[in-house]
Amino acid sequence: MWDIGKKQNPYSDDKLHDACGIFAMMSRSGRTFAGDIPITAMENMHDRGNGLGGGFAAYGIYPDWPELFAFHLMFETKEAKAETEKYLHQHFSSMDGEEIPTRPHPGITSAPILFRYFLRPNHHLLEGLSEDDFVVQRVMHINLKIDGAFVFSSGRNMGVFKAVGHTEDVGRFFKLDEYEAYCWTAHSRFPTNTTAWWGGAHPFSVLDWTVVHNGEISSYGTNRNYLEMQGYFCTMHTDTEVIAYAMDLLARRHGLPIEMVCKVMAPPLWKDIDQMAQADRDLYTTLRVIYGPLLMNGPFSIVMAHQGEMVALGDRIRLRPLVAAERDDVIYIASEEAPIRLVEPTLDRVWIPKGGEPVIVRLDDAAMAKAHPEGRQVLK
Amino acid sequence: MTWEFASPGAFAMAGPTGKITYQPDGRAVVDARGIYYRQLNEQLRQLVKTGAKEIDVINVYGQRYLGTSIPEHVKLRIYGTPGNDMAFAMHGPEIEVFGNAQDGLGNTMDEGEVIVHGSAGDVLAMSMRGGSLWVKGNVGYRCGIHMKEYGDKVPLVVIGGSCQDFFGEYMAGGSVVLLGLGLAAGETHKAAFMGTGMHAGRIFVRGTVDPGQVGKEVGLTEPDAAELEQIRAAVRRYVELFGGDEAEIMATPFVKMYPKSLRPYGRLYAY
Amino acid sequence: MSVMKTHLWPEFIIERNDDRCIRCEVCVNQCSFEVHSFDATFNEVFAEDMNCVGCQRCQVFCPTHALTIRPNPTQPRPNANWRVEHLFDLKKQAESGGIVLTGMGNDKPISIYWDHLLLNASQVTNPSIDPLREPMELRTYLGRKPDRVMFHRDSELPGGPVVPVTQMTPLVPIETPIIFSAMSYGAISYNAQKSLMQAAAAFGTLANTGEGGWPREFRKFHDNVIVQVASGRFGVDLEYLNDAKIVEIKLGQGAKPGIGGHLPGEKVTADVSQTRMIPEGSDALSPAPQHDIYSIEDLGMLIHALKEATRYEKPISVKIAAVHNAPAIASGMVRAGADIIVLDGIRGGTGAAPKIIRDNVGIPIELALAQVDERLRKEGIRQQASLLVAGGFRNSGDVIKAIALGADAVYIGTAAFVAIGCTLCQKCYTGKCAWGITTNRPDLVKRLNPDQCTERLTNLLRAWSREIKEMLGGMGINSLESLRGNRLHLRAVGLNQWEMDALGVKGAGF
Repeated sequence: MWDIGKKQNPYSDDKLHDACGIFAMMSRSGRTFAGDIPITAMENMHDRGNGLGGGFAAYGIYPDWPELFAFHLMFETKEAKAETEKYLHQHFSSMDGEEIPTRPHPGITSAPILFRYFLRPNHHLLEGLSEDDFVVQRVMHINLKIDGAFVFSSGRNMGVFKAVGHTEDVGRFFKLDEYEAYCWTAHSRFPTNTTAWWGGAHPFSVLDWTVVHNGEISSYGTNRNYLEMQGYFCTMHTDTEVIAYAMDLLARRHGLPIEMVCKVMAPPLWKDIDQMAQADRDLYTTLRVIYGPLLMNGPFSIVMAHQGEMVALGDRIRLRPLVAAERDDVIYIASEEAPIRLVEPTLDRVWIPKGGEPVIVRLDDAAMAKAHPEGRQVLK
Repeated sequence: MTWEFASPGAFAMAGPTGKITYQPDGRAVVDARGIYYRQLNEQLRQLVKTGAKEIDVINVYGQRYLGTSIPEHVKLRIYGTPGNDMAFAMHGPEIEVFGNAQDGLGNTMDEGEVIVHGSAGDVLAMSMRGGSLWVKGNVGYRCGIHMKEYGDKVPLVVIGGSCQDFFGEYMAGGSVVLLGLGLAAGETHKAAFMGTGMHAGRIFVRGTVDPGQVGKEVGLTEPDAAELEQIRAAVRRYVELFGGDEAEIMATPFVKMYPKSLRPYGRLYAY
Repeated sequence: MSVMKTHLWPEFIIERNDDRCIRCEVCVNQCSFEVHSFDATFNEVFAEDMNCVGCQRCQVFCPTHALTIRPNPTQPRPNANWRVEHLFDLKKQAESGGIVLTGMGNDKPISIYWDHLLLNASQVTNPSIDPLREPMELRTYLGRKPDRVMFHRDSELPGGPVVPVTQMTPLVPIETPIIFSAMSYGAISYNAQKSLMQAAAAFGTLANTGEGGWPREFRKFHDNVIVQVASGRFGVDLEYLNDAKIVEIKLGQGAKPGIGGHLPGEKVTADVSQTRMIPEGSDALSPAPQHDIYSIEDLGMLIHALKEATRYEKPISVKIAAVHNAPAIASGMVRAGADIIVLDGIRGGTGAAPKIIRDNVGIPIELALAQVDERLRKEGIRQQASLLVAGGFRNSGDVIKAIALGADAVYIGTAAFVAIGCTLCQKCYTGKCAWGITTNRPDLVKRLNPDQCTERLTNLLRAWSREIKEMLGGMGINSLESLRGNRLHLRAVGLNQWEMDALGVKGAGF
């Protein structure tokens, strides 16, 4: 069994510290864009990262198999690949497996073996679990139990691509200019205490949920303790991981609407809650009292996405930058305005979102039905 | 023969040198597209060294520190979106931006003028000590934070639109005029914690300010006659730069935010 | 509200030997805390013990040694948990509602590892070197060093001339690995700052302006001055940055990690206000963070803003307080472009800090230094930055042990002040320093004669440098760089295994 924690956090620090630049864009009507747009934007923010990690999440890129779970895997050895494939065959009716297409790039070195699989869970193995929970468990098994294998993407009709290197180089390495997505999120990393490892780059993902994150969560220890109590294993030692799990817990398992999830992570100040009308005061008091351990304290700007939905959120007192812009049906989010202007010189609107107030983008119904025929996230 | 050595980081993005053309009036035009800030700023320095007094910089996309290292009275016109920390510690130049400015504009700025025909991001004018900043539109969080003044060196910031939270935090001097032109009639500014920790300087806000949205160190009053003249002069210049109607702007009353004490934390300690 | 009777009692007792007292009133004039008074009617000198801070100024200057100042022997019932200090602070807070202030470094017995580290000496297998007659080099270059030398050869034949073509990064030489710490004008007096800069110039080392600006008249010492850019940005302009030898970004201070500073308005005199470029009499507030740095990539942005402002001609230093994650933070700082990293430990001094912070936040410098040096080496980036350490260095033994743990040089503040009069009474924040060091009262400032102080300081540097050479020679080393990070020359006594692991040293005997 290999220790991802050790791989991520070789010096056993309290957690990883990293910061970055982020860029995201999404069309409400499901129009798709090639990956050279986010690549260009990230290249413009080159200095926000330090070349120790970059990555992209792209939604709508596998329109021919929208109902299949697309697993992206990295293997350190052929043995790891063989063992993983055996495991996948046991649990999934595998439709297809292929090498993830790449082109050599001088900025990307020591690549692991990169493969992707389009999978359908073996229904007789579900045993009452939802497909999603079944997939999460399989991903956890591979990542924790199979030496040298790591699933870095496992959602439907979407994919995560990440590596050690500057983000623009990572995008070119993965030939992202050849993919068309209705939503892209991208991240450049500036870690301070990890020997860079491919799996450690952002976006971080669970199923089709992805998170890119800029900043450092000062409440990490508190957040982590609470999530571990809820059954999550924080193996990656990163802020981003706790955000992703918090999102999964609140939105998928507890069924909170995304707006409320944001209000848990970045709640109003007590002084403002005290001024609210009774109904809101009760609501926000309840949220803060019950989900206090999931308050993300400290500087952060995050972009979270899943099927048909993207949300950008900054901390309550806006300690990290976040710029939003709009052109027709497309919303752009970035750490700076310049990269947005570079890829779309004519914008209808540019604004700085208020700290703690999310920018939410949703596919319209027609586009949703096309990209994700299984429907919107089923809440329980 | 020479052994090549790739230095990590510093020169990683050294690109082609920006193309320079000249206008009929002799003004240099630098095309900044694809040029890394270090090369661009060096190029501007060289141009100034060789006598350029006016330079247009076009296709600017996020290059940082424009105007920082040119301690001369030159004029730069920036077309595009200049990067963070424009005019950091700037001493001298006049910069006109045709576009929005990003975060950190006028950081520790000393002398000169920056005019933005658009909006600006967070921490505008942080620790600014002199010169003036003119922003047509809105500004982000923590603008005017810890501005200072000494003697007749009083920085001036004039903002046409509105601001976000922590406006004028820690303010230790200087003058800020916030016009709120985008606000509807009767609409108040949305920022919270305005002037929190303010202990010198003055902020003039057009329209109403709710006592609940200013820091506890801040007093609210009406500007006196002399101050109204200062405001009028600022508005006149604003209108010259960006358009609008001076009389119409001045028709709405201004509120003055002032520090209640030069020593807001004098009683915080046990000796 | 009626006046509250204080429940405090004197911390010090003044004993006057009346047989020796000649009624000269030196004590009356020397005390800036208004302890002594002379009553001509009774020809008697009285003392108000309550005011005494124990600074010993009167005692030192009493021509007949008639005075003894000692801690008040009065004790409440002894209690291992509730010590007298706790009682005093509680009563002060009950009477004021304020945060208890203090000055100087942490005075608690938090593990002082220097006292548990012992140096090596040569015996038999290699010779010790006699520094009085043999060469002994202490020169150190501060700044980022290129990873390798590139050179050009005119011919490929062996033995041909070789010309280095490596573009040198800006580096600053110092002749002894001891620099004067950042202490701002305003927090310290004009004469104190002048003495430090003058001594640094005379000895070939550096003095740091701190964050309170740099008086014009001191700009002549530019080859020996580090300027600071801190959260207050006082007095920072292009000239200030370009006049200096090194520019240091101050993010934290060992005595008060995580908080800013308040120079009280009464210390902001006309001259201080001019140097800081703020109105006279206003509080000089240094915010807790630098508001343009909320993250590691923001630090990179400020580092490069300063490099742009100084045209890449000066090393940029970044100073942090030694805290839990120092190794990770330091690694990020180097990757963000810092050419010099400064770590300030929990025993570092201050002109004013909340006592609760000074005594409870941060970690000892020895542990932070050892771990940061090790982390930077493991990541292969130790060459990319010099490592300076600060925080309670008491003698040359502490300095040389720090070098062996991996430091390039050491900042001293308190030690330098003791050399010019300070007795660590910890009342710097009152602005009444009787020794003229941490005050701006003209009558007190003039007690410091800058030329005499310069001599005291250069004497101190000379003495420590000689001692360092003696110890180096004893180890058979004749150049300081051969000891840098060479922990084989250190052994520990009286430490736990985890402490030895953290320090990267073996126990004595092994």
